[in-house]
Amino acid sequence: MLLTSNQAIDRLSLGATLQLDAELHRHGVTDWITDQLNPGTEPGNLQARLTGLAAITLNPAELFERYWIPFKQRKDPELKQRFRMQAQQLYMESASARLWHASDSPWQLRELLVDFWFNHFNVFVHKGLCNLWTGSFETQAIRPHVLGRFSDLLLATARHPAMLFYLDNWMNTAPDSAWAHGARKGLNENYARELMELHTVGLHYTQADVAGATRLLTGWGLQRKLGFRFDPRRHDFAAQTILGRRFSGGEAAITDFLHYLATHPDTAQHIAFRLAQYFVADQPAPRLIEHMRVRYLATQGNLKAVTQAMIEHPEFARAATRRDKFRTPFRYVMAVMRASQRTPQNCRPLIGTLHQLGQPLYGCMTPNGWANTQAEWLSPDALTARLNFAVALGGGWLPVSQVKADMMMAPAMGATQSLTPQRPHKHNPVGLEIVLAALGTRLPRKTIAVAKLAPPPLQAAVLLGSPQMQYC
Amino acid sequence: MKRRDILKFGAASTAGLLLPLGHHAWAARSAQHGPRLVVLFLRGAVDGLSVVAPYADELYYDYRPSIALNRPGETDGLLDLDSHFGLHPSLASLFPLWQSRQLAFIHACGSPDPDRSHFEAQAYMETATPGITTTRSGWLNRLAAAMHFEHAADTVAFGATQPLITRGNAPTATFPVGQGATRMKPMDRDPVRLAFDAVYAGDPRLGRIYDEAIQSRATLLAAVNQDMQHSAQGAPDPKGFSNDARRAAHMMVADPALRLVFFQLGGWDTHVNQGAAHGQLANRLRLLGDGLATFQASLGPTWQETVVLVISEFGRTAHENGDCGTDHGHGNVHWLLGGPVAGGKVYGDWTGISDDALHQGRDLPVTTDFRSVIDLILEAHLCASASARRLVLPRFSPDCKPIAGLFV
Repeated sequence: MLLTSNQAIDRLSLGATLQLDAELHRHGVTDWITDQLNPGTEPGNLQARLTGLAAITLNPAELFERYWIPFKQRKDPELKQRFRMQAQQLYMESASARLWHASDSPWQLRELLVDFWFNHFNVFVHKGLCNLWTGSFETQAIRPHVLGRFSDLLLATARHPAMLFYLDNWMNTAPDSAWAHGARKGLNENYARELMELHTVGLHYTQADVAGATRLLTGWGLQRKLGFRFDPRRHDFAAQTILGRRFSGGEAAITDFLHYLATHPDTAQHIAFRLAQYFVADQPAPRLIEHMRVRYLATQGNLKAVTQAMIEHPEFARAATRRDKFRTPFRYVMAVMRASQRTPQNCRPLIGTLHQLGQPLYGCMTPNGWANTQAEWLSPDALTARLNFAVALGGGWLPVSQVKADMMMAPAMGATQSLTPQRPHKHNPVGLEIVLAALGTRLPRKTIAVAKLAPPPLQAAVLLGSPQMQYC
Repeated sequence: MKRRDILKFGAASTAGLLLPLGHHAWAARSAQHGPRLVVLFLRGAVDGLSVVAPYADELYYDYRPSIALNRPGETDGLLDLDSHFGLHPSLASLFPLWQSRQLAFIHACGSPDPDRSHFEAQAYMETATPGITTTRSGWLNRLAAAMHFEHAADTVAFGATQPLITRGNAPTATFPVGQGATRMKPMDRDPVRLAFDAVYAGDPRLGRIYDEAIQSRATLLAAVNQDMQHSAQGAPDPKGFSNDARRAAHMMVADPALRLVFFQLGGWDTHVNQGAAHGQLANRLRLLGDGLATFQASLGPTWQETVVLVISEFGRTAHENGDCGTDHGHGNVHWLLGGPVAGGKVYGDWTGISDDALHQGRDLPVTTDFRSVIDLILEAHLCASASARRLVLPRFSPDCKPIAGLFV
């Protein structure tokens, strides 16, 4: 079964646009997918917006050096306020970078993979120092590896200060070591457990494995000038047996352990399932997972090969035909933006919307990340919130952007009395024709007819909020 | 009417609610009344040793030279509860409820998990699975499911966004507080709704959930309308939390099927200059106490079928720190108010605040698991079955000895 271009767009991008449609018709579905699996550089206008964002261009040590204000000094209200403003600024930069990429990058598959893999290795931006490091984590530890080797991705996250801080391994110290004191006076098994349960093998470990991994990971931590640092003075050098394999102590043994986890058969199974659940179906077909698992093991966790195996499998096209993957709030918001041909220049309203829809960017507290299934996201309240957003965006009430110069084709203004906002400001409704061109045949005739009969500022909104937009 | 007679799980017919909606929506819901539960979360860890202070223990004054509250009878002194504990003077508006035995405290209560991170501890208290980081549903949501509350408007979290405690598979609603409460959303406008009615009508996947969304919003708006009529006749609106509490109370009165309510208040993380009878914490507590008193008054007779549980993620250090504040601790005081509560008593297993009684030598210990309190509310107030209680509190065996007698 071959993918149609609509299906390829729905499943392998953050949403249809007129340009993307044209691109697929030009290249053909197969070549487009090949291109997507081998992404290149970003276009100049996107690159220009990204350079100069400290949150994603500085490394963790530089971010710490430049923005950290010690807790004691923050008792001074002025410094406290400054710290808060800086953290807020870094958050805005990180979130804007994510939204701009998602909205404007031609390498859409990579953007979906960044969303997926960040969530797989979730960190919570509001836990302590993660407020300085989350943008760096996504840009420097996740993004470069989403089509590379899983072991590289795993190692990059394991060494990144955001992860070391979020899952507390910076504190993990051999209790009887000479340097055990203060916050770092004993074992902390938080990272060791989630590393196995969530990041790699899944629920296939025992408490003894956690205990061994915790001991092995002692001293794998942070140092302010370097970011990551392995500190042998806090390390337990005793050999540990974990998941049936014996590891001697020391830094090289930790790297061996991470590599062992990355290529473990249970990891292959776990990653295959998680990827397929994100891209294919809430309950992905076992034979699809098996196909991906085999490819994972054959390539020792080459993520490009595994992603490709998923896309090429007949189950992928079959599931795409059903068009029944419920969009998460992030994917919905981006699909609406893209169908409207609106580039987010001001990201604040979108950040607020994602918060309203229950998926604040970088705001998942728990290490298991956001769920990817309809059961977790569909509720009456959530649906109302999506429609309120669709109306606000479609009617032009949400100040996200100036319309792109070549897109000035919105219909004449004709706001009815009831749609006039309380505080009138310049607005520019999304044109019905723009959304129709992007979504085209995905919409039933009835929906289009209702939209055409609606008052002009509502016309695009009806399409953007329609049942068909909730799925991909 | 007796509570126990009213409540039948999933009882009252709801068929009528699937009909097209008018302003009769919540009138049709009046058959569904029964005991109510309100949970108020004090985010940021309120200092329980200032809320209910062990003034009879000299150590309390040794530990807290600048922030301890004066003994009852002294200037700005505590309100005496039981000649051992005293209530913070800023909570004076709740003292009548104590005297009429409708306010109880459970001291040294909290989560058994020793975590001192706000977000982790809050998550544990909202999922009611301390130590397990991967639970996706909140216990109020599981409660709504266990009680077969089918409609989103039966379970309402007040606030800008849905909190973890109401997340999960059962439908629940979120309703704004502050000025947002009476602000119209796009979907509240007829032309908008009519257009979406047309595209969602009969949609095989989303049609029903859309109807439910529209109904629950209409139900809540009708209820809030009742409040606006009330408040238009009365005195000028009180500020802040009192305003929100009054609105919520009137909505509960207007809509008998609104059974589970969640509220949250922040601003309790008093590391620096906490104050004593005056200052940061005192101001915050006054706002809270006045709000709860307003809530009680606005509920009228509904108060008799309502229980309010006030919780916070952990307590604060027994000793004050170098900045006249307190740091993250462990055990805390949890509060219970309402008509059905056997109040006028400080419950719990109080082991004192001597060094060896303190958790890790610094914090009030947790001698009553907060889930035991929830379990007792489920059993004695909401009349939930054993299997329903297991659904709400998985992998938990309650120990209700320290809180025996909390309900009449």
